[in-house]
Amino acid sequence: MASLSEFLLSRLEDEMISWQVQQEAANRFKLTTSQIEEEILNAGFLPARYQRNCKTISVAEQQLLFRSRVTVIGCGGLGGYVLEELARLGVGQLVAVDHDVFEEHNLNRQLLATISTLGRFKADVVAERIASINPAVEFVPIKEAFARENSERLLAGSQVVVDGLDTIGTRLLLSSVCRELAIPLVHGAICGWFGQVATQFPGEDTLEKLYLRCTEDRGMEKIYGNPSFTPATVASLQTAEVCKILLGRGSLLRKRVLCLNLLAMELDELQL
Amino acid sequence: MMKVTVKLFATLRHNRFKVAEHEYSAAPTILAVAEELAIPREELALTMVNGILVSVEHVLQDGDTLSIFPPVGGG
Repeated sequence: MASLSEFLLSRLEDEMISWQVQQEAANRFKLTTSQIEEEILNAGFLPARYQRNCKTISVAEQQLLFRSRVTVIGCGGLGGYVLEELARLGVGQLVAVDHDVFEEHNLNRQLLATISTLGRFKADVVAERIASINPAVEFVPIKEAFARENSERLLAGSQVVVDGLDTIGTRLLLSSVCRELAIPLVHGAICGWFGQVATQFPGEDTLEKLYLRCTEDRGMEKIYGNPSFTPATVASLQTAEVCKILLGRGSLLRKRVLCLNLLAMELDELQL
Repeated sequence: MMKVTVKLFATLRHNRFKVAEHEYSAAPTILAVAEELAIPREELALTMVNGILVSVEHVLQDGDTLSIFPPVGGG
């Protein structure tokens, strides 16, 4: 029988391996599609699903993304979109933390809230979604609320943590734990037509500057709620930040916050 | 008389304004300006003067630009 590398080489098309071949290889060599994806990337080839990443993300960078682990805290408005985008981007290991189930009031904005997912755990629904997009992504759903007690276990081994939380107190806890564990944190928050994005590296206190003066656990979203487009916009900006951190490219929103006003279509950058 | 440019952001513009020039006979604190605009203290998440983050007790000077951002916390 041909070796795995011979099997893949003989089925290479334009330096790419199709999903069908990736699956056939997994069955034939009794490996997971994730292991096959690693083999393809190690050989310097590309799983065909990433072909439209073209010159934006090189094969070497695609391999870097595949070897990365990102933890998303919260699978609601922001987290649902971030997880979708990270899975499509090709981040190899994703962890999602959320103890909630989908409710009717999530339907106006949360990507994975549908009639059929009402009452189901968000983390379980994300698992199905990611498996349907890319089974080569190793996904760990955690149906727990993020707390001081479980924080180290949940974040261990992550290169980046994404803030998809909806309370200020828990955000400040997340910020403090990320600083202790020396993990970059990509913050996002939304309120009506408005949102904000910032990236905090170890040693920085961006979230404290943003929130320490807040005496209440919720911001103005308690009055204004959130429509469909604000979480999608802010989550996409967060995902771009995660991608750049993992690849070591571009300019990050460090020591500054980007404030979005989708009503006036204004972007303001504040130095913190 | 001293002049201060006040810029409001996000939800704070509702029933108020985007930017306005205010005149004061004595140097006011940010808290005093917010009170005049009926902005409750819990809505003063970020207060910046000339682009620098300052506390709500900060005393404004003639020609300052004050920017006020409300707390945004949803996800």
